[in-house]
Amino acid sequence: MPDQEKLVKELADKHGRKREFLLPILQELVYEKNYLTDESMRYVAKELNISAADVYGTASFYTFLDTELRGKYVIRVCKTISCSMKGKDEILHVICDTLKIDVGETTLDKKFSLLATNCIGWCHKAPAMLINDIPFIELTPSKVTKILQDYIKR
Amino acid sequence: MKAQKIKRVDLIFDSTSTKEVLVKAIKMKPEEIIQEVLDSGLRGRGGAGFPTGLKWKYAASEKGAVKYIVCNADEGEPGTFKDRQILEDAPRKVYAGMAIAGRAIGAKQGYIYLRGEYRYLLFKLMEELVFFHSRLKELGYDFNIQFRMGSGAYICGEESALFESIEGRRGEPRNKPPFPTVSGLFGKPTVINNVETLVYTVEILDHGAKHFKEMGTSDSRGSKVFSISGDTPKPGIYELELGMTVERFVEEFGDGDTKAVQVGGASGFCVPRKKFRETIIGFEGVPTGGSMILFNSSRSMYNLLHNYLDFFDEESCGQCAPCRVGCQQLLQGVVSVKAGEKDSRYLDELVKLAKTMKIASKCGLGQSVGNAFRTIVEHFREEIIY
Ligand SMILES: Cc1cc2nc3c(=O)[nH]c(=O)nc-3n(C[C@H](O)[C@H](O)[C@H](O)COP(=O)(O)O)c2cc1C
Ligand code: SF4
Repeated sequence: MPDQEKLVKELADKHGRKREFLLPILQELVYEKNYLTDESMRYVAKELNISAADVYGTASFYTFLDTELRGKYVIRVCKTISCSMKGKDEILHVICDTLKIDVGETTLDKKFSLLATNCIGWCHKAPAMLINDIPFIELTPSKVTKILQDYIKR
Repeated sequence: MKAQKIKRVDLIFDSTSTKEVLVKAIKMKPEEIIQEVLDSGLRGRGGAGFPTGLKWKYAASEKGAVKYIVCNADEGEPGTFKDRQILEDAPRKVYAGMAIAGRAIGAKQGYIYLRGEYRYLLFKLMEELVFFHSRLKELGYDFNIQFRMGSGAYICGEESALFESIEGRRGEPRNKPPFPTVSGLFGKPTVINNVETLVYTVEILDHGAKHFKEMGTSDSRGSKVFSISGDTPKPGIYELELGMTVERFVEEFGDGDTKAVQVGGASGFCVPRKKFRETIIGFEGVPTGGSMILFNSSRSMYNLLHNYLDFFDEESCGQCAPCRVGCQQLLQGVVSVKAGEKDSRYLDELVKLAKTMKIASKCGLGQSVGNAFRTIVEHFREEIIY
């Protein structure tokens, strides 16, 4: 049994196969595999006995349920006004420069994806970003460089 | 009024023993709990400001064995971050508020819808929840709470979209009526409250309705947690008595050069300097779910407007045409006016469109896009054009 199929089965066993567990299953899939492949969504559809189009339709509604290839570390820089006022552009610039990618892109080694996102709830400690689940706040160019170096080494 | 200072309040983060409040709640009849919340004058802290006691009363009057309590922890409004802090510092109070609401309306199951951006909190919150459940068991209190996560969709903060999302579907708002107290989550009578609202109900049972009601104004009783950011020397989270003017607020939190305050986030209102004195922060003036962003004279209000329209354009669920097309048109419209491709009178057309959206949109998102749009265009027209 392919790896993805096995994982989907495990998740369905864990959460249940009712419609209300579709999101928890998709969320955990993204957590484990960084994004949803067409294949994995078809497995989910099969397990929950709904159409694959329905699974895709639901997943594509949610920004964090990525249906496009994403790296191991997804960097989401807040672009809402408070962060924007406190130097978000500079932070993005440093990340683009260091990782050699633009916003919306993934590094060739599939380690990092860079995205801009709406308010993440750290406006008083702007600028802020998330790397996967972890918030990083009160960013400065040198702080971001250091954070990225740490992740690059992992 | 004039000499009055802004009053700091310490209820939400105080050391109230949730155990004592729960013991108190067990001894009260459901009607008594509801009456206490009604008497306090508490109105929802999520933005819309519906009287909490009344919401509980409606749900309590519904027949049926299965009802739900939902805690709205989606906190997506730009500039709002107080619910995150409350969940971080006072999770047991949030759980207790849900349990109390459950007793008041006859619900045994609660859900907390936590935004995906706050997933880092989940582990600690679950640990606290295990402890809380064991405490409920000790007290013989029949109530259970589960977490459901959001996945980065602002619209899922809208109550009926949130229900759709918990049910495993796209977060598209439903038609109202029926209201959630009649048919909410899984079609059952549901009370949905904001994180902060639920904690205030705990404080009201603890300190009494009178204590709460003595603060604030007749339309906006009590205190509220504010999320303050932008051009201010002291950004952060502050619990303040309601009823202050924007002028007082700016005296306290401004940097001496404040030209405007955006009250209530992207779906709120822009208050320019000339209106500071007459504008009350509260349900009688400009309501806010807590978001307060200050702008000094170095800032371009065009950037603010563009940022918000971009936000709405992305976050509109796309279900109804006035909002889906309206958001795009407003965004493209201000860009072309700024670029000189369209005459400045085109702004008036856009204001009309924003008004139409208020009437014709299906949910609060499309209905409130015009708030910021109209107030920014009205007060800072030159900045949008030149
Ligand atoms: C687009 C939109 C987004 C909303 N987002 C939130 C939110 O993040 N948190 C919240 O508590 N209420 C939010 N609300 C309001 C909810 O629909 C609902 O009124 C609120 O949760 C009720 O709780 P309360 O009475 O305690 O305020 C939103 C409403 C709209 C229209
Ligand atoms: S107003 Fe906007 S967000 Fe609300 S239902 Fe219509 S399209 Fe969706």
